[in-house]
Amino acid sequence: MGSQTRIKAALVGNPNSGKTSLFNQLTGLNQKIGNFPGVTVDKKTGISKIHENLQAEIIDLPGTYSLYPKSADEQVVVDYLFDALLKVSPDFLIVVIDASTLERNLLLFTQVRDLGFPVILALNMLDLAEKSGKHIDIEKLINKLNVPVVPINARTGEGVDKIKAAMACPIHNIPERYLKPLELAEDTVLEIKDQMKITNDYMALLLAHQYDGMLSLSQYDKVQIKHSVEAHNFQSNAIQSAETLKRYDVIRGIIKDTIHTPIKHQPVRLTDKIDKILTHKIYGFAFFFFVLFVMFQAIFAWAEIPMDAIDYLVGSLKSLVQNTFPAGKLTDLISEGLIAGLGGVLIFIPQIAILFGFIAVLEESGYMSRVMYIMDKAMRQFGLSGKSVVPLISGVACAVPAIMATRSIDNWKERLITIFVTPFMSCSARIPVYTVLIALVIPSKPVLGIFNLQGFAMMGLYLLGFLAAILSAVVMHWILKSKEKGYFIMELPTYKMPRWKNVGLAIFEKVKTFVFEAGKIILAISVVLWVLATYGPSNQMKEVEEQVIKEAKVNHYTPREQANVLSAKKLEVSYAGHFGKFIEPVIEPLGFDWKIGIALITSFAAREVFIGTMATIYSIGDQSEEQETIIQKMRSEKDAVTGGTFYTVARAMSLLIFYVFAMQCMSTLAVVYRETKSWKWPIIQFVFMTAVAYFSSWAVYAWLS
Amino acid sequence: MAKTRKSVADLKVGEKGTVCCFNDEVMSLKLMEMGCLPGSEVALSHKAPFGDPICISVGGYSLSLRVKEASTIMLIEE
Repeated sequence: MGSQTRIKAALVGNPNSGKTSLFNQLTGLNQKIGNFPGVTVDKKTGISKIHENLQAEIIDLPGTYSLYPKSADEQVVVDYLFDALLKVSPDFLIVVIDASTLERNLLLFTQVRDLGFPVILALNMLDLAEKSGKHIDIEKLINKLNVPVVPINARTGEGVDKIKAAMACPIHNIPERYLKPLELAEDTVLEIKDQMKITNDYMALLLAHQYDGMLSLSQYDKVQIKHSVEAHNFQSNAIQSAETLKRYDVIRGIIKDTIHTPIKHQPVRLTDKIDKILTHKIYGFAFFFFVLFVMFQAIFAWAEIPMDAIDYLVGSLKSLVQNTFPAGKLTDLISEGLIAGLGGVLIFIPQIAILFGFIAVLEESGYMSRVMYIMDKAMRQFGLSGKSVVPLISGVACAVPAIMATRSIDNWKERLITIFVTPFMSCSARIPVYTVLIALVIPSKPVLGIFNLQGFAMMGLYLLGFLAAILSAVVMHWILKSKEKGYFIMELPTYKMPRWKNVGLAIFEKVKTFVFEAGKIILAISVVLWVLATYGPSNQMKEVEEQVIKEAKVNHYTPREQANVLSAKKLEVSYAGHFGKFIEPVIEPLGFDWKIGIALITSFAAREVFIGTMATIYSIGDQSEEQETIIQKMRSEKDAVTGGTFYTVARAMSLLIFYVFAMQCMSTLAVVYRETKSWKWPIIQFVFMTAVAYFSSWAVYAWLS
Repeated sequence: MAKTRKSVADLKVGEKGTVCCFNDEVMSLKLMEMGCLPGSEVALSHKAPFGDPICISVGGYSLSLRVKEASTIMLIEE
């Protein structure tokens, strides 16, 4: 290995400048997602090997247009840079610049240079600039900017070795001063420099603007700066406006000498031609619904094969453990608790991978921002944003990745509302429950010749979920107050062929995050549920065992029947069973008994567990496949009071409605906790959704019975 | 003096204009740093299906914004 030197670099640049592509090129699979302290933004770091004895630790900062943050993402950039200036400095910054919009991209460059950072400028998308008739004289640009300028193609990896070579050379350059902060606010800047004991004028100016939201400042410093700002009547907005104008003046001077535009008329860009179709009233929506259709097809049809495979593998592993180790509680815990819980996590991987693969392709190609663009008006009626469309759609597969996808929404209120309502969308885990209950009470009757009444019922449930999501969004919109303005000022990037390497890395990263972050919690709760369903007051458990042995002799049970009856009886006296009986008075107005109560509790692990629990309760064995048998058993269940059928239309409908609305998914709660960084929102969400479910079910039951 | 001024929201698809000033200070800060400055030439590229948001071409790229946001960008009278 030899002695390794480690240098630190941070990537900064505008959104869509190719920053993440360059990051992927530099680090490959050596990436790590962490969290920036105190915020909900991921911190992506990676290691890049420069040569034998030199490694670079690279941080991919979120894209931003300037050092005046508008979203949590952008705030991270400013906090990171200030932290670096006040404490450990990164060795340098790599500023990634989209050459086709050089002017706008240079704004951020001049700002970070004014803060005194050594910079390597990575000049990306030169091919695009050439296509639009701009020729950039790189030699002149180097002279003008006084920093190393490296032409790259982040998509193909061209020039990445030159970036590495530039990183290996120590950069000695005198920082440029593009802006003279003293001209804008002399008194304030001088006083803050003195207070903070800093030498950089621009740093003092930024502090005057943003001291309030900065993480790296102590309360004492904030009070001091506040005092100076107020004493000198510092006009933040006007000064920021003047700064931007002055910077663009300087940039125009630089550009005039370095860019040649031989042809005056701009050729019609291919992107504009594609946009004419994809944002069209009719073709635009048609294409969008086609994409949706293919996506659902992929999530439901293609994911089934790997999901079955995972199910099979987990099942085999379970039997392997059960057959290899001596029967007992420990073996049970491992097979029924741990491995089953693990299966509950792994089973979602195919859907998550496919969903995020699609999302990555849509994002990489530039189409995603068009979806937001065409849907914004409609979504805004409900307090959502165009950017909420993707999570809501994804929610039909599974709320977990859907909620992870809300990160692209930069307005916190709109993002929170989206997170809050997404679990109302009927996810794939509800399908088995819907299927069984519909089959139980809705006759399979043809409607209008080609349709089926059961199909209508199914569609009705999906619509009901969607309506609940939209109405809850409206409610949230009215309740939540937000000072943050909902902007929709966003760049529509040019269309590009997706890079499969970026798509692959995105899938890998999302799956990894899901397995490790949400997985930990799902696993823990599965084990707790297993314990509750397995253990009970020991005298009662013993009693039940003896009773079943007696019964078996009288009724001549086969060993399998005996085992099934035993597990049903054991569940009844287990802690979960006791809990079911305990909550029976509460759920009784909805028409539910303690057996359904147990199913409701175990469904909290995942809704599809309902079927397995019902199977156990009605002692059909551990065969969740045998839906027909379950339906038969449930149909023949008698009501103890009336003597008639227990699962009346009223009761089944009440249960269906409950499953449409109720928050019964610990994976979702875990991911909401992760995304909002507090238990407040998952708890409110749980209470709200459960309340909606409870009162709707109660109303339906009262109405129908 | 109350003369109705033309804003970017009044442009027709394909029509060009030159930015004169802004009538919302906070919005103008965001717009200016994205390269939409007084003196910049803007053209309305297309509108979303319900007429809102709209997409303008400025500084060599496409910028989407809501009509309400676009109406804060005033144009120089021809």
